[in-house]
Amino acid sequence: MGRLFDFMLPEAKSPTAESTDALFHFINEVSLVLLIGITFALIYFAIKYRRKSENDETPVITHNNTLEITWSVVPLLVCFVIFGWGYSGWLNLKSVPDNAYEIQVSGYKWGWNAKYDNGAQTLNEIHVPEGRPVKIVLQSSDVLHSFFVPDYRVKHDVVPGRYTYVWFEANEVGESQVFCTEYCGTGHSDMLAKIIVHSEEDFETWLEKNGGGVSGTPVEQGQQLVQLQGCITCHSEDGSEKIGPTFKGLWESEETLTDGSTVSVDENYIRESILNPAAKIVEGYGNVMTPYEGRISDEEITNIIEYLKTLK
Amino acid sequence: MATAEVSNKKTLKVQRFKPSDNPTNTYLTDEKGVWAWMTTVDHKKIGIMYLVSVAFFFAVGGALALLLRTELLTPAKTFIEADAYNQLFTLHGAIMVFFVLVPSIPAALGNFIMPMQLGAKDVAFPKLNLASFYIYVIGAIFTFIALALNGLDTGWTFYTPYSTQSTTSVIWVTMGVFILGFSSILTGTNFITTIHKMRAPGITWGKLPLNVWALYATSIIQVLATPVLAITVLLLTMERWLGFGIFDPALGGDPVLFQHFFWFYSHPAVYIMIVPGFGIISEVISTFSKKTVFGYWAIALSSLAIAFIGFLVWGHHMFTSGQSAVATTVFSFLTFLVGIPTGIKIFNWIATLYKGSIKMDTPMIYVFIFLFLFSIGGFTGIMLGALSVDIHLHDTYYVVAHFHYVMMGGTLIALLAGLHFWWPKMTGKLYNERLAKIASGFIFVGFNVTFLPQFVMGAQGMPRRYYNYVDQFTAFHQTSTIGSYLLGVGFLIILYYLMHSLFKGQKSPANPWGSRGLEWQATSPPDFHNFDHTPVVIHGPYDYHQPMEEFQLGLAVDGNGHDPESAKKVVDEEREDWKNYSLG
Repeated sequence: MGRLFDFMLPEAKSPTAESTDALFHFINEVSLVLLIGITFALIYFAIKYRRKSENDETPVITHNNTLEITWSVVPLLVCFVIFGWGYSGWLNLKSVPDNAYEIQVSGYKWGWNAKYDNGAQTLNEIHVPEGRPVKIVLQSSDVLHSFFVPDYRVKHDVVPGRYTYVWFEANEVGESQVFCTEYCGTGHSDMLAKIIVHSEEDFETWLEKNGGGVSGTPVEQGQQLVQLQGCITCHSEDGSEKIGPTFKGLWESEETLTDGSTVSVDENYIRESILNPAAKIVEGYGNVMTPYEGRISDEEITNIIEYLKTLK
Repeated sequence: MATAEVSNKKTLKVQRFKPSDNPTNTYLTDEKGVWAWMTTVDHKKIGIMYLVSVAFFFAVGGALALLLRTELLTPAKTFIEADAYNQLFTLHGAIMVFFVLVPSIPAALGNFIMPMQLGAKDVAFPKLNLASFYIYVIGAIFTFIALALNGLDTGWTFYTPYSTQSTTSVIWVTMGVFILGFSSILTGTNFITTIHKMRAPGITWGKLPLNVWALYATSIIQVLATPVLAITVLLLTMERWLGFGIFDPALGGDPVLFQHFFWFYSHPAVYIMIVPGFGIISEVISTFSKKTVFGYWAIALSSLAIAFIGFLVWGHHMFTSGQSAVATTVFSFLTFLVGIPTGIKIFNWIATLYKGSIKMDTPMIYVFIFLFLFSIGGFTGIMLGALSVDIHLHDTYYVVAHFHYVMMGGTLIALLAGLHFWWPKMTGKLYNERLAKIASGFIFVGFNVTFLPQFVMGAQGMPRRYYNYVDQFTAFHQTSTIGSYLLGVGFLIILYYLMHSLFKGQKSPANPWGSRGLEWQATSPPDFHNFDHTPVVIHGPYDYHQPMEEFQLGLAVDGNGHDPESAKKVVDEEREDWKNYSLG
C-alpha cells in the first residue's frame, strides 16, 4: 500500500515537502481503512439481510446515542489532528529562512521571466543553487497565474498588483518542472518553466557569466531581449506557426489586418504593436497579447527593431 | 368510523383511500396539448419540464466532456485548437453547474415529489413556480446567444482580470447566470413556504420525510446565497461594460475580492447541489430495506448544519490565492467541521441497512454506488482541507477528480437513484430492470476508470485546464478518456430503456416498491390534484412496522366539504372492510 501512495507523489526534492507527504499518506491510510469498512459493511448487509419475502418484518431501530456520538466525535478528533498537522506544515511553507537567496520571477501570458541579484535574466528557466533556501518573489504583468513546482510541493498564485512568494531548498542537482496552475488563456498549458539546480559552485559561475543583463551590439541586444521579454513564446524566429505572426520576414512586409486594411511593417508599426498590441490585429490572429507599455524602454524597443530587421 | 389523533389537540374522522392501480384520470390525461403544458401551473408538469430541460443540458454538457476527453488522448493537439479546448471546458463546467446540477434535484424531482410528500395539491405559489421555469429558460437563451456569438473561455469561475479582458461573450453568460439565479431564489422561496404552510394534517416536523428536510435546507441556501452571485456577476458586467474598477488591478480593483465574492456563493452552491441528493438517498434506502431510517433527527438536522456551516468555508478555495494567513487558517479549520455532518449521514444510512429486508433493485444499486463514490469524494475533500497538502494539490487534476466524485458520484448518482425510484410514479410505467442494472454497471465502472487515474496524475502534478500536457501523464489521460466513453455508453442505455418504458413500458401499479411514503399512496401517475382527498398522516414516513392501510388515510368528510351526505355514504360503505383502529 505504501508503494501505491509513494507512486502518487513525485519524488520530494525540498525538505518542506516531508511534512506534506507524511500527511498525504496519513489521510490516505485512514481513508482507505474507512472506505474498506464502509464497502465491506454495504456488501455484507446486502447479502446477509437480502429480502427473503415481501412480508419480511424488520426491527424498529430508531437511533442509538452511543453509536452516534462515537461516529461523530472520533472523526472530529481525527480531523483536528489533520488540521493541526496541515497547519504546521503550511507554516513552514510560509516562513522563509533568513539566508534565502532571492529571485524575482514575473509571470506573463505565457511565460516566466526570472531576474537575479546581479542583473542576470532568464526566460522559462530558473537557476538555483543546491542546498540553500531560495525565495521566489512572484509578480504578474497581466492576469492571474500560479507558480507550481510539484517536486517541492509549493504553489502560489501570481497576482497582478501585488507580490507573493514561495520558498524551497533544492536538495539535489538536476531539473524540476514548473507549471502555471491558474488558467490564463490560450497558452496556459504551454506556460512551463524548468528549475535548474546547480551545485553551489556551479551556480556562482553561472551567475557571473550571465550577470549584467543584455549586452553587445544593438542587434545582439535585440536578440537577447526577444528571448527575455518572452516574445518568442508566441512569435517564431524561423517562420513556424505560433500564437502570433512569425518574426521571420516581418520587416518591410505587408500585413492584412482584421478590419481588411493593410499596413506595411516599419519602425512605428512595430513600436505600436509592442506597446499597444490591440490597436492593429493581423488577420487570422487573436487579440491576446499583453501590452508592454511601462515594461520596456525606448532603447530596448529600438534594439528589438534592429534585430527584427536581420530576420529575413 | 375510524378516528385518528394527529396531534395532542385534534381528532379527525378518517377513512382509508386505497390508491387504484388503474387510475382513469391522471395529471397526464387532464390537461393535454403543448399549450396546456406550457401554461400549466401544475407542479408535476413543471417538474417534468425541468427534468426534460436538465436532461437536454446534461446531454450537451456530457457531449462537451467527451470531446474534451478525446482531445486529451494525446499530449499535444489531437483534433482541436487550444482556444476551442478552452471554450469546451468552460462550457462543460458552466452548463453542468448552472443548468444541470443546481436545478436538477430540487427543481425537477423536488417539484414533482415534494408537494406529494406533504399531501398538498401543489406548491404554495404555483404561478411563481411556472415563472421560475421560464426565467430558467430565458437564462438558457442568453447562454446560447453567447455560444452563437463568441463563446466563452474564462472557465466557469469567471476569474478576473482574465474575464475582464477576454474577447469572448462574457457579458451574455454573466447576464444569463444573473437571470438564472432568480429562478433558483424563487424556487427556494416557494419551497420554504410550501413546507411551512402546506403540510397535510398530521405531518409534524418530526414526521417530515427526509427528502423534504433536505429540500428545506437547500432552499435556505438558495435564498441566502444566490443574491451574492447575482451581485458578483453584475459587478463583473459593470467592470467589463462600463470600465468600473472593482476587480481589475489595471483599474484599481482587486482580483482576490472577486474570488471571495464568487466562492461566497459557489461554495454554498455545492451544497445546493448535493444536499437534495441526501434526501433521495434517505427515501430510497428506507424503502428498499423496509426499515425505519436510523437516526432520523441526525440526518434531518445535519442537512441544516451543512447549510449553515457551508456559508463559512468559502475561503478554502483560495488557500493559494494570497488571502490573509489568518483567514486561511480559520477557513481550513471550519472546512473540517462541515465534513462531520456529512460523515454522520453516511454512517446513519449504513446503519439503516442493519437487519433490514434489502432488495437490490436499480434505485438501491444507485444508492450503493452513491455511498461508495461519495465516501471517496468526502475523504479527498478532507485531504484538500488540510493546508499543507492543499498547497500541493490545488488546481491539479486531484481537485478535478474530487469534485467529480462529489458532484457526479454524489449528486448525479443520487439523481439517477431518484429518477429510477420515482419513474413509475411520474410516468405510470415500469422500465426494463435488467437493462437498468447493466447500465448502472457501465456507469460505476466507467466513472471510476475516468476519475480514479485523475487523483494519481493530479497528485503527481498534472494541472487542470491544460490543453497540452507533459508526456509522463499520457497513460493516465488515455485511461480516463476510455472511462468517459464507457460512461457515455451507460447513459445511452439509460436513455434507450427509459424511452422504451415511456412509450411501450409495462403499466406500473400505484406502489411498485411497497413504500410507506405518502407520494406512493396516490395513483401512478397521480391525479391532477395529487390526491382526491386530504391525506391524514399518523405515522412517520419510514414506519415499516405499521400496516400499509394506516398510511392511506384521508379526511372522511369528502367532496371538499360540499356534499357531506354523499361523503358519509362512502365512509359507511368503507366501514365493512375497514378495521376499527384505535389510532393515536
